[in-house]
This record gives sequence, structure tokens and C-alpha cells, in this order.
Amino acid sequence: MNRLLKNREILLLAIIAIMVIGFSTRAQGFASPGNLANIFNDTSILIILALGQMTVILTKSIDLSVAANLSFTGMAVAMANAAYPDLPLALLIVMAIGIGAFLGAINGFLVWALQIPPIVVTLGTLTIYRGMAFVLSGGGWVNAHQMTPSFLNIPRMSVLGLPILSWIAVLIVLGAWFVLTRLPFGRAAYASGGNPTAAVYAGVDIGWTRFLAFVTSGALAGLCGYLWVSRYAVAYVDIAIGFELDTVAACVIGGISIAGGIGTVAGAVLGSLFLGVIKNALPVIGISPFAQMAISGIVIVLAVVFNARAEKKAGRIILRDRAAQDRNTGEVSA
Amino acid sequence: MSDVVASKRVIPDRIGTKTSRILSSWEVLLFGVAVLIFVFNSFASPYFLNAWNLSDATFNFTEKAMIAFAMALLVIAGEIDLSVAAIIALASTAMGAAAQAGIGTPGLVAIGIGVGLACGAFNGLLVAGLRLPSIVVTIGTMSLFRGISYIVLGDQAYGKYPESFAYFGQGYVAWVFSFEFVLFIVLAIAFAVLLHATNFGRQVYVIGNNEFAARFSGIPVERVKFILFLLTGLMAGVASVCLTSRLGSTRPSIAQGWELEVVTMVVLGGVSILGGAGTIAGVVIAAFVMGLVTFGLGLLNVPGIVMSIFVGLLLIITIAVPIVARRIKEMSR
Repeated sequence: MNRLLKNREILLLAIIAIMVIGFSTRAQGFASPGNLANIFNDTSILIILALGQMTVILTKSIDLSVAANLSFTGMAVAMANAAYPDLPLALLIVMAIGIGAFLGAINGFLVWALQIPPIVVTLGTLTIYRGMAFVLSGGGWVNAHQMTPSFLNIPRMSVLGLPILSWIAVLIVLGAWFVLTRLPFGRAAYASGGNPTAAVYAGVDIGWTRFLAFVTSGALAGLCGYLWVSRYAVAYVDIAIGFELDTVAACVIGGISIAGGIGTVAGAVLGSLFLGVIKNALPVIGISPFAQMAISGIVIVLAVVFNARAEKKAGRIILRDRAAQDRNTGEVSA
Repeated sequence: MSDVVASKRVIPDRIGTKTSRILSSWEVLLFGVAVLIFVFNSFASPYFLNAWNLSDATFNFTEKAMIAFAMALLVIAGEIDLSVAAIIALASTAMGAAAQAGIGTPGLVAIGIGVGLACGAFNGLLVAGLRLPSIVVTIGTMSLFRGISYIVLGDQAYGKYPESFAYFGQGYVAWVFSFEFVLFIVLAIAFAVLLHATNFGRQVYVIGNNEFAARFSGIPVERVKFILFLLTGLMAGVASVCLTSRLGSTRPSIAQGWELEVVTMVVLGGVSILGGAGTIAGVVIAAFVMGLVTFGLGLLNVPGIVMSIFVGLLLIITIAVPIVARRIKEMSR
């Protein structure tokens, strides 16, 4: 039981479950499968972006440009769709991922080749990408009537009871889990964030790993650009403004250490869902939606306090345990 | 977010002459950029070289620069505060509510500065007291502080400020020198003295360079950091008084996105985001550079969001150029 309580993901899952149950006593049907599926669908984009952000944070970096990337890419595909309605959707999605990956590669290149601190690079590209979205669109909007039906409807189509948007999120969660825990890149990402010096000695190319992490984050942001525009059926410069902080918040709540090297895919997903549940619950239980910002602020601060406690222990015990074991061999320490 | 990749340390026989060192310093380089922009602007627009226009242009950066001074110290010490814009919003909301209740100008100023100090103390307690990473803590408090403004105001606005309150943002001390500009100069001098001529300033540098060594040297690291957060909160409070007075109204979205502009100003001023290096003079010049760029582009009818592209490019290029130059130098050796 004690071990179970120390497992962050299970604890977070329990908190989310308690929240859902609590809310459903105030609002009938909040815990119904239909509503939960709705919340998941509503949080899908945040989940996808948080996984990209997590990959970057694992390598001891941060990507503040994801929302601006999303805005630029979303605008680009929406305009392409409006101007050439005959373009197949698959091509547009490839285009979204490609543009996003390219913008991510610019971040990654600056971090990798010029060794500029990631926070400075993405702070700069954050303003540049959103500015580019303005230049591209001339400040105009792309509205629902200009988009083709397939562009708008495919993410909403229901397959096996869930919209395709949700299925995309599920696929990306599985993909992220596979990449981060089963592929060399995942190992390298954890290593280059956990202990960069040791990673270099172990033959990990930190710069290249960071570059790939930024490309991944950019590609996912690009994909979300299409998903966002399609979901809200409108594209304008200010879409998803400030959303980069939500992705960081989801990671922090999910137990991903901002110092790099610590965190799980499940954590990022649960952190996103935590924010998603709160966002969906407030209007239902009659709290002003304006309170949402303050609540997520409190949650982030609490999550950081909580993380710090967990990390402090994890960082120190190894040596002490070894030393203790060496002294009195045979005694197994917990 | 430091890089531990070992860099090649080369110890040259001579570290150049004093003049060559000064000439290649960041501040001089930046000053050159500022002069270039100034000259370019005066050719590009006939309205640029006008004392009153230039005076108006200073409002573009004075409030942000006030916060940037304190933020520079914080960044030099290896921390960061992303909640400054949210502190402005919260302080402004508090002043708005107080003004609604009929409190006079001195009371409003005290409330604005007091809220700033309280917010700074809260950040300081979390970062220095509980030893939490400042970047995430202040992302959290940023949501929290602005969130409180949203709870109080929602989609409403406060706009009933006493007439004398307008002086801080709209008043002029003498001729074209606005109150804000004079305050900016005074604060620049005060912070320059604090950072470069006092014991406290030394300690800030030491903490930023090697916190571990600082602790062993008997520097009260936590206390210094707490004071720095307090100072940053104070300056955000002062900036809030000026901005609220200048706009004459308060919305919860006031000063949205300023935290990034303030950090840009600090980094552009040559303060290392990794801590341990930077000067107030650099931040002052960076403030002018950013002010001149936005004002000049404004005169040329460039929309604000396009200006932000230039600011972003400026940030990346000014940091990348010395790095690339050093690479080329190393390669040719």
C-alpha cells in the first residue's frame, strides 16, 4: 500500500478519480462514460502537445514555441485548404506535420549547433512564429464555410464510439510510450537530461538527441495545428495563445522533472487529463470559468512542491544504500 | 538549464589591451546597434527626429525596463521570474478596486506597491524557502496571480481613477522628460549601484556563478534570492502603478505577455541566462534598442505583431552572432 501511494501515476489517477466522483455528486452525469469520453476528446490536443513537451523537457530543455508553431501551421493548412479545396486531406496532414517538424528543427538546430539556451531560443521563435502566422494570413481569419467538409469532419467522425481525434491521441500516447521506453532515442533522451556528463561518456550525442526532441515536439505541434483548426472550425493568429504554458503545466503536474531525465508518458497524459477534468468541471458545478486560471495556478504550485519532495529522495538514496549494504552485507534495505 | 558539455578552455598569453577589450564588449556592440537603428530610423521616417515623438517613444519601454532591472539581478543569480506581468495585473486590479472604494492617490500607490511586494515575497518563499525551481514556480504563480484578477474582474474593467493619479503615467517632470522616464533613469542608477558597487551585488554574481561555492563562502544564498524576488515584485508593483496610471483603466488582460518581453530585454542586454554575468548598462541600452525598434517600425506603419518578429530575431541573432564569431575564430586558429 505504501509503495502504491508513492507511485506518482497511481496517486494522480486516484486524485482524478476522486475529483470526477466529487464533481458527479454536484452534477448528475458528470461521471457517465459519454461525458468522460467527451472530456478525453476535449483534452486530446493538450495530451499530444504535452507528450512533445515532455520529450523536450526530458532532455533538459524546454519548448515555449509549441503554441506559436500550432498557430502558424494551423493557419497554413487552413489557408491551403481554403485556396485549394481539391487537395486531399492526407496531404494536408503530412504538410502540417512537415511544417511543424521544420519549425521544430529550427529550434533544435539553434540549441544543438549554436548551443543557445533552449529557453532563449524558443522565447525568440515563439514571437517569430506567431508573427509569421500574421504575415501569412495578413491578420485575416479562415472561417468554417471556407473549409472543406472533409477537413472539418474527419476528426469528429466516430469510430468504435470515440471520435477520430481521440483515437489519434491514443495512438500518439502508445507511440510516445514505445519511442521513449523501447527505442535508443528514448534512452538517449532520458540519459542526456538525467546526467548530461555521464551521457557523453556513455556515447550519447546530446546535441543530436535534443535536436530530435525538438523536431518531435514541432511535428506534434504541427499535427495539433490541423487538429485545433478543424476542431474549433476557425483559424486566426491568436489561436492557442498561452497554450505552451498549459503543456508545461501538464508535464509538471504529471511528475516530469523540469530539470530533465525524470518522467513517464502516463504522467504526462494524467497531468493533461487533470487539467482537462478541471476545465470541464468548472462550468458544470457552477464556478465561473474565470476561476480556471487561478485554480490551475494553485495546482501547478502544489505539483511543484510535491515533485521536489519526490525528487530529493530519489537523488540521494543510491549512494547511501550502497554504503550501508557494503558495511553490513546480507542485510537487505528497503 | 546548463550545458555540461565540456568546452575547450584556451588561456591566451595576453588578454588584449584595455581598449580592445572595451571595444569588443557586449555593451559597446549593443550601443552600436542602437546608434545604427537610430540613424536608420531618422532616414526612414521624417517624423522620427522630434523631441516630443522621441519622448512618446520612451513609454514603449520604461515600464518594462523598470522590471528588467530587477529581473537582470534575478537572472544573474541564476533564477527567473515569469510572473511579473501577472503581478502587474493583480496590483492593477487591487488599485482599481481601491479606487472604486474612493481611496485617494497615495493610498492607491501604496496598495499597488504593497501587492507587488506581497507577490514577490510569495515567489521568494516558494523558490528560496522551499528550494523549488523558479521557472515552474513562477509559471504557476503567473496563472495564480492573473487568475485572481480574472476572478475579481471577469470581463469587466475598472476605470474610475482619481485625477491626480494620472501623473505617474502621463505627467512630465520637465520639458519632454516624463515622470516615467525620469523614474527609469533614477532606477537604472540605483540598480547599477546596487549590482556593481555593493556587497549585495557581488553576492548576486557569486551565487549565479557557483551557488555551491557561494554557500561555502558564507553567503546567505536563500536570503539573497528572497530579497531578489522581493525586489522584482516591488518593481512589478511600481510598473503597475505607472501603467495603470498611463492607461487609466484596468482589465485582467493588462500587460499580457510582458514577461517574455522583459526577459528578452534582459537577455538582449547581455545578461547570461545561465547566470553569473551581465550589467545594468547593458539592460539600459537593450531597453533603448527595443524601444527604438518598435517606435521606428510603428512610424513606418508596421503592425505590432510584425514588430515582435523583429524583436524575436533580434534576440536570437544578438546571441548567435558572438557564438558564431567565436567558432570561426577557434576554427581559424
